[in-house]
Amino acid sequence: MTLPASQTLLQLALAQAPEAPTTKIGQTNITSIAFFFIIVIVTLIITYWAAKKTKTSSEFYAAGRSVSAFQNGLALSGDYMSAASFLGISGMVALRGYDGMIYATGWLVGWPALMFLIAEPLRNLGKFTFADVVAFRLQQKPVRIAAAVGGITTVLFYTIAQMVGSGQLVKLMFGIPYELAEVIVGAVMLAYVLFGGMLATTWVQIIKAGLLLIGVTLLTVLALGKFDFSPAALYAKVSTSIGQKALEPGGLVTDPLEAVSLGLALMFGLLGLPHILMRFYTVPDAKAARKSVLYATGFIGYFYIIIPIVGFAASVLVTRPLISQIDKGGNMAAPLLAEFLGGDAFLGFIAAVAFATILAVVAGLTLAGASAFSHDIYVHVIKGGHATEQEEVRAAKIGTIIFGIVAVGLGILFKGQNVAFMVGLAFSIAASANFPALLLSIVWKGFSTAGAVASIWVGALLSAVMIIISPTVWVSVLHNAKAIIGLKNPCIISMTVAFAVGWLVSLMTPEKTAQDMFEDEKLRTYLGVGAE
Amino acid sequence: MAHAAPAGGGSTKGTQSAHELLQSPAFKKLVGQRMTASIIGLVLLFITYYGYVVLIGASPATLAQKIGEYTTLGIPIGVAVIVIAFVLTALYVVWANGSYDPEVQRLKSELKH
Repeated sequence: MTLPASQTLLQLALAQAPEAPTTKIGQTNITSIAFFFIIVIVTLIITYWAAKKTKTSSEFYAAGRSVSAFQNGLALSGDYMSAASFLGISGMVALRGYDGMIYATGWLVGWPALMFLIAEPLRNLGKFTFADVVAFRLQQKPVRIAAAVGGITTVLFYTIAQMVGSGQLVKLMFGIPYELAEVIVGAVMLAYVLFGGMLATTWVQIIKAGLLLIGVTLLTVLALGKFDFSPAALYAKVSTSIGQKALEPGGLVTDPLEAVSLGLALMFGLLGLPHILMRFYTVPDAKAARKSVLYATGFIGYFYIIIPIVGFAASVLVTRPLISQIDKGGNMAAPLLAEFLGGDAFLGFIAAVAFATILAVVAGLTLAGASAFSHDIYVHVIKGGHATEQEEVRAAKIGTIIFGIVAVGLGILFKGQNVAFMVGLAFSIAASANFPALLLSIVWKGFSTAGAVASIWVGALLSAVMIIISPTVWVSVLHNAKAIIGLKNPCIISMTVAFAVGWLVSLMTPEKTAQDMFEDEKLRTYLGVGAE
Repeated sequence: MAHAAPAGGGSTKGTQSAHELLQSPAFKKLVGQRMTASIIGLVLLFITYYGYVVLIGASPATLAQKIGEYTTLGIPIGVAVIVIAFVLTALYVVWANGSYDPEVQRLKSELKH
């Protein structure tokens, strides 16, 4: 996007027939600003309420373990359904048809895997971070450092993608400058996390998930209303106006190896996302953790089933040329459809929901980043596991401020850069660095300190290096003619190697104390004896 | 808040020590059942999702077949992958709440405090 949007609009108005859809996107929209202010005011009032209940470290990181399974299910959905899912996938379906739908399914399938492998043991073994689980039987310092680095790296790449995306979206939808948008996101999000901790962040997620689900449902219903509520009629229109190709698998999946590798990153990346894993400590016990995954899977599944309808409807009602003219990536398909269906008011609502989505996701990421810094590094590495409540909460708040400033700084630094690959990178590091160590520490008696540390470092470095030399970065971002490796998403290799390294190094460095503790750990893993 | 008694730190009451409980057939059975449930769930999930992805890669024409006037087979199958993933999650919860949790509670009550 180099042209000012108003100029784009003018060109469009001149170029197209009078009845062709036009848009006010890019201009300051009073309705969206009003909606946005209401959301911010309501969430800040909640933060004020939450602040009074947020004194101890358990309250700051884990909302005092007082969140119900249903609330956590919604909050998990809120953490996961980012702007990239909402705007990105509807845009991808609008511009690339069925391929976008393939992509959507990949975003859901991690949830059952999370349930089967991680959710309950994580809740029973840990306290505030996933590093608690990995370090449970092992030597605290080296494992905590490695796990915190893996966690913070994952969160940072995810955050950069969110912040850059938010600046661009806010600029497009509200007509305010990019830098100002970054600072607003940073300031509001810091207020939530700093004062209200996990309790406020949870409620922000719940409100945002509710708004997003309502917004997308409204979009779907209104859009289907144009086709007598018949999806078949919508597909018929897609076929006649765009072509049957839009309803068939296209270029996204041509190489099964590539597709499986991407699928592995999406599926197991979820199992290594610190801001998602952290949510399991907010519920009272393993049973509630389990139920919250079911609720989350339901909400997110519903979301990914209806989002392609929004995309297909946008492609015929708004038309592809206008969508790609406003934003090459198609990110504005859903807001444009909202404008077409419900005018300024509905556009304003959807734009505000999209902004709230970004705010909430960044708040969750910040809390996760801050807790890795304060709970893992400060308390367990610097203070050797002996910090007072007061010291830990203070460290967490300092961590929050640092992370917030870094997020805004990186958002501004990466302005205009192609950062789409960073979400993929975050998932790939999560799946290759965090997930193998987490799983092995839960299920394998022979896992050792050296094995865990080696697995995390190798997984993180390998996935990062391989993405840099893959076509995703080497060609698309660095503009070299040919990539060093062919795989666009190397997760299948980096994750496998991380598991192999963790296994081999553990075999070479047997650790008696860790093995002895494994039996005791089982009481806690399976029965929740001694779980916090 | 932190009432985390290390497992095995038993004193007088109860019938089984942590060590006895860990060695008991009932506990081993519980661990085995959970492992089996997880593996079955995971295998079914893998077949569903990676089956879908590999099918797209290997034979896009299959999914491009029309099942209505314009609707392609790929659309209901894509929706089905999401629905099956949800159903697997739900089945696991039904199993865990119905038969796993009561057994967890029973074993916990046998433990010395």
